[in-house]
Amino acid sequence: MLAAVGASSVDELFDQIPAPLRLGRPLDLPRGVSEQEILADLASLARRNTYGEDLVCFAGAGAYDHFVPSVVWALAGRSELYTSYTPYQPELSQGILQILFEYQSMVCELTALDVSNASLYDGATALVEAVHMARAGGRPRVLVAEGVDPRVVETLRTYGRGPGYAPEPLTGSEVTEDVAAVVVQHPNVLGALEDVRSLAATAHDGGALLIQIFDPTSVGILTPPGDLGVDIAVAEGQPFGNRLNYGGPYLGVLAARAEHVRKMPGRIVGGTVDVDGRPGYVLTLQAREQHIRREKATSNICTNQTLMALAAAIHLAWLGPGGLVELGRQCASKAAYAFERLTAIPGVEPALPGRAFFKEFAVALPRPAVVVLDAMIERGFLAGVPAPWVGEGALIVAVTERRTRAEIDALAAAMAEVLTA
Amino acid sequence: MNRGAPVRSQGPPETGTLRDLSRPGRSAWSFPELDVDPIDPPSEHRRGSVPELPEVAERDLVRHFTRLSQMNYGVDTGIYPLGSCSMKYNPKLAETAASMAGFASLHPLQPDGTAQGALELLWRLERALCEITGMSRATLQPPAGACGELTGLLIMRAHHEAREGDARRTILIPDSAHGTNPASARLGGYRAVAIPSTDRGLVDVDALAEIVDGDVAGLMLTNPNTLGLFEEEIARITEIVHGVGGLVYYDGANLNAIMGRTRPGDMGFDIVHINTHKTFATPHGGGGPGAGPVGVVEELVPYLPVPRVERDEAGTFRLSSEEPASIGRMHGFHGNFAVLVRAYAYVFFHGADGLREISELAVLNANYLAAAIRDEFPLAYPASRPMHEFVSTAAALERETGIRAVDVAKRVIDLGYHPSTVYFPLVVDEAMMVEPTETESREILDAFAAALRQAASEARSDPQLLHDAPTTTPVRRLDEARAARHLRLTWRADP
Repeated sequence: MLAAVGASSVDELFDQIPAPLRLGRPLDLPRGVSEQEILADLASLARRNTYGEDLVCFAGAGAYDHFVPSVVWALAGRSELYTSYTPYQPELSQGILQILFEYQSMVCELTALDVSNASLYDGATALVEAVHMARAGGRPRVLVAEGVDPRVVETLRTYGRGPGYAPEPLTGSEVTEDVAAVVVQHPNVLGALEDVRSLAATAHDGGALLIQIFDPTSVGILTPPGDLGVDIAVAEGQPFGNRLNYGGPYLGVLAARAEHVRKMPGRIVGGTVDVDGRPGYVLTLQAREQHIRREKATSNICTNQTLMALAAAIHLAWLGPGGLVELGRQCASKAAYAFERLTAIPGVEPALPGRAFFKEFAVALPRPAVVVLDAMIERGFLAGVPAPWVGEGALIVAVTERRTRAEIDALAAAMAEVLTA
Repeated sequence: MNRGAPVRSQGPPETGTLRDLSRPGRSAWSFPELDVDPIDPPSEHRRGSVPELPEVAERDLVRHFTRLSQMNYGVDTGIYPLGSCSMKYNPKLAETAASMAGFASLHPLQPDGTAQGALELLWRLERALCEITGMSRATLQPPAGACGELTGLLIMRAHHEAREGDARRTILIPDSAHGTNPASARLGGYRAVAIPSTDRGLVDVDALAEIVDGDVAGLMLTNPNTLGLFEEEIARITEIVHGVGGLVYYDGANLNAIMGRTRPGDMGFDIVHINTHKTFATPHGGGGPGAGPVGVVEELVPYLPVPRVERDEAGTFRLSSEEPASIGRMHGFHGNFAVLVRAYAYVFFHGADGLREISELAVLNANYLAAAIRDEFPLAYPASRPMHEFVSTAAALERETGIRAVDVAKRVIDLGYHPSTVYFPLVVDEAMMVEPTETESREILDAFAAALRQAASEARSDPQLLHDAPTTTPVRRLDEARAARHLRLTWRADP
């Protein structure tokens, strides 16, 4: 091969690297190993984490321990899909393209909105993109309702450093004409249901858009964003098809009313026909995208989370309408039961008394939440996620369909023991 | 012979979309019987109508998605030589690693004491990436390369604001650069200014020297550059930008060419992003997920996103957010962790010796393939030797026969392969950007070259063959203009 390229050695192929810039030593990394050895190394790292039956998961706050059916990765893991890339050659990519079209269709059914893109990085960055869509209209400010996850607000603030905006708290009920969007999370970070309709009216009265962060597992039983007057809905799509994975890869879901489609970020798949009139799918509206529009693009996103959207599509098709309703019903019922059991413990109070919730709620503990959390870990429970911005004792507890009555009873018993110890 | 690329174009009847398969009352789901009292949401929050998801049996679901997978081409199917994408074979050991329950079942907010293995993995990977790139510290948060670019630019802003009270306004980008660079620059609050290339396809250093001034926040560059050529004057380039107080950003898209040979840090770069899905073979998943870790030099470490992984003297790992100068958070949690597990597996499986060999073979394969097709598709910049990828041009063929790069690409599909990137970079007429990667064998390179040469020869003898291509695929050329004009983005819009 060297002869064919006219070189006498491999080193000669690197001659164009000026001598002073050459590394001149091996990289300071271990030498390569066998598959058996690298997997043993990884297994030893994996063993040093606590999970599963050793740490029954009641943590949520944006990432949830939902059940992923076997079909999801049996199909999403198919090599032809799994090892492909962005469908630049649609004739060789009808599989991915049609699945993304079906994903977009199902996201629109979930949200009762008109259009969806083909995935963003995660829920937090999906909110950033939604805000950028709203700001493209020329209004600069972004108001964030109480109850939006502070971790998500921090992400928005970080991305705002470039364009030069900072999320501001929504105070009062008036939205001025310099406001591009109002952001609400429903159910909110503490699990409570919000009055989205009235916020939509407030935003629209001021000429601003309403962006809702929604829980995609809730919309089998809760009113979907589109029916609440929401303009752009975003979500962390992780619960559909994706395991917890210590935070990623997850799935940024974004859907909107039809009039915003040309401001949407990312890939969008559309139906069309081929030269013989057969139906097929392509990436469409590419004039929005960075590879065509460069600095005038609606977003810089290129590589996205297609595989996660694929997994979500399979999971949603497995659920169907009946499964989606049952998923919501199980989460809500089990969370209500856990709420009842935990707040029956002396000293444990609801953090938001009287507020309805979906699969997650916050309690105020009589001791610092981080201390209680550690004691609960020793008893085999990941009891929740502390909410220090609410109070030292605030703990957010999430209950998915995977949790059983017996686990909830055991959680409550352990909590009672910890708090009386 | 029209064998066609290995995608399914025939078989049992077309079954349309999931919606067409749907039959009332069919289902695939199962849940345990509810073991607590059922509750309904308050009436004002209750969904009025059931969402119209498809109703299918598991059998329908499996056959539907299996059929769709057979209509797709991946690296596991064959050579996938998309320039600038590094579509190399993805070793399966990384999948075993990422699916270990001890990684896949971890909640991102569980206390550090229960995630010591995950934190140590991130800590070791960060150090390995810093060694490979010559940086001091890195963030593993960005979930893709473009997000890494924006992270780097926000770090740049923070640096200039801290030093000068002003972020400056301009980012310089070569005219051959990937579209994410200017798009990221704008999202970073900058204006992008293009630097011209020379007739050798390299940065015009004299033009650069004239353009730079105190308003330049930084320069974004890949090296080897987007044309696959090594910027030999890189030391002077970084010196010029540093001379006006600017920073130099390394787009890691092309890191696969230089591992163990030279490092961005040694070339004078201040900020580096890495595309783990390219260089470290994490599967591209039909368009993602990737991961875009960003490394920086010592001076910029305070601005890295939080949380960061730190290790104390006792060897305990923790996530730290106590960094007042940090730009903040670029991802909801810790980035695409499961992708990073795969990157770790790849880096430490190959080791120092293996990574160097990967770059050697990637460069050898690209040069071999370039030589094998150059009489039909000459290099766009023949004066410089390409590295891990090369840009050829079909401009001469187009002048002679009217056959364009896209026609060649479509014909290559009928001859059995995924074609290269075409029409990028934008500065090359009828561009064909080819990156075979190190994982293809000589036999496959020969066969791919033969397909390209056959297409060129057919352009003269039977051009209709190329205009009609592809004919072996599930669909033929699709009407993209119609898709954009008559938007059909969900099955609700279907007739």
